[in-house]
Amino acid sequence: MFDHRQADLPPAVGVGFKAKHFAALMDDPGAVRWIEIHAENYMGDGGRPLAQLGALAERFPVSVHGVGLSIGGAGPLDPDHLSRLRTLCDRIGPASFSEHLAWSTHDTEYLNDLLPLPYTTDTLARVAAHIDAVQDTLGRRMLLENPSSYLAFAESTWSEPDFLAELVRRTGCGLLLDVNNVFVSATNLGYAPEAYLDAFPTDAVGEIHLGGHETDADDHGGPLLIDSHGREVADPVWTLLDRLLAATGPRPVLVEWDTDVPDWPVLAAEAARAAQALEAVR
Amino acid sequence: MTREAAFRGALLDPRAPVPAGLVDGAGRPAGRRYAVYRNNVAVSLRDALAAGFPAVAARLGPALFSDVALDYLRASPPDTPVLQHWGTGFPDYLAAHPHLADRPDLPDLARLDLLIRQSYHAADHEAADPAPLATMDEATLMTVRLRLAPSLRLLSSPWPVLSLRRVVLDGGPEPSMAPEEIVVLRPDFDPEPRALPAGGVAILSALRAGAPLGAAWQTAPDTDLGQVLAPLLETRAIVAIDA
Repeated sequence: MFDHRQADLPPAVGVGFKAKHFAALMDDPGAVRWIEIHAENYMGDGGRPLAQLGALAERFPVSVHGVGLSIGGAGPLDPDHLSRLRTLCDRIGPASFSEHLAWSTHDTEYLNDLLPLPYTTDTLARVAAHIDAVQDTLGRRMLLENPSSYLAFAESTWSEPDFLAELVRRTGCGLLLDVNNVFVSATNLGYAPEAYLDAFPTDAVGEIHLGGHETDADDHGGPLLIDSHGREVADPVWTLLDRLLAATGPRPVLVEWDTDVPDWPVLAAEAARAAQALEAVR
Repeated sequence: MTREAAFRGALLDPRAPVPAGLVDGAGRPAGRRYAVYRNNVAVSLRDALAAGFPAVAARLGPALFSDVALDYLRASPPDTPVLQHWGTGFPDYLAAHPHLADRPDLPDLARLDLLIRQSYHAADHEAADPAPLATMDEATLMTVRLRLAPSLRLLSSPWPVLSLRRVVLDGGPEPSMAPEEIVVLRPDFDPEPRALPAGGVAILSALRAGAPLGAAWQTAPDTDLGQVLAPLLETRAIVAIDA
């Protein structure tokens, strides 16, 4: 099956790696103990991306985070893309591989967004089969991330935490719990984020994500939060992190900042704040 | 139609109705919540295209580029999640676009953007020691085969696209109308497009195809061979010298 002995991410702070931060990160990573990369940006034949990744992998545990596998998609997984992911993982020996409970490819079209799926017994079986295929191909346990939701499907019969828990039970995968996504989805769909966390199978959580969101409004004037990864983590999300860590103890925590990427000191300050939250539960 | 096909169907068409069965937390129709996904797809792909075609984006300006990019991503959405490979059809698309008929230099500007991007992601190489070339007599020199770096790219254009690229990215007056031949070299990690003398692309194309230096030169015998090879030597773009 897959090798459970491979080194895990440390229960410390990581950041989503951006090329502009390379020199700063190599010079003084501050609180940062590991990094995460978006797999699809490192699938060329050579050049700076792979050179930087090689240097980073010598120094930090690396989490490979896929954004393009379409695990929640109706069609079969793209064997070429699975093969590219395997090549990348073989190349750098990452401490973790993760992907999303979402789809991004329909037929052969790649839509470059994490699109939602209904939670039904049919989609559960499909996603479980896809996770099995990923874990068999990569020879390792993967982590699956909860999405940020802007709408729901009338036909859904499973709650998201129950759906994820059942996937864990069927496939042996772990989970990546994005606390900002929990806050965004809970606000957008009108439930309590604390209740979501309480229902979440936290034993399976191998990584926690934090990121920033924007605020918009829906047709009825209600809040519609947009998961933008373009600013500081919001205060209620930090509060949710504290609540989660109090229950789980220290886990690997990642700060994501993907659009309007700031200079290093701004991201380093977010990482330091996450390190304090971890320190409080050690 | 499957649920996924229905969701996809309205995603790239802002005039299509929001698919049925999508709701908010209270069970009301999703309405503009669905537009978040429409916006994410369109904006992220448009931005990816702008990042991949910086000179075209600068030449057209944000508003016109956005319109053209949205047309393109609806006509030719990516067929791979590796977006560095998306857009190979964009130059031809620009050439055929009805609103861009008065911009005949745009497709080659796009081709240069594409070649620079391909060079950026191309395989690394170890440069050969060029010293033997300096000591060969001319007859021997004409028989050698030069293997070129995998990051090297060539473009021959009836338009001054390299000059134009510099103007749109760095400012300056419009270049005068003249054909240009260009080699893209990557001495380290940053691709460098350089102008070649006329005939340079023919010679380097022949070399890359495996012709000996003398035969390659015969494709453009009036061209100064030293001027063609100098940028390759300077940027260490010769991988092997096969006698």
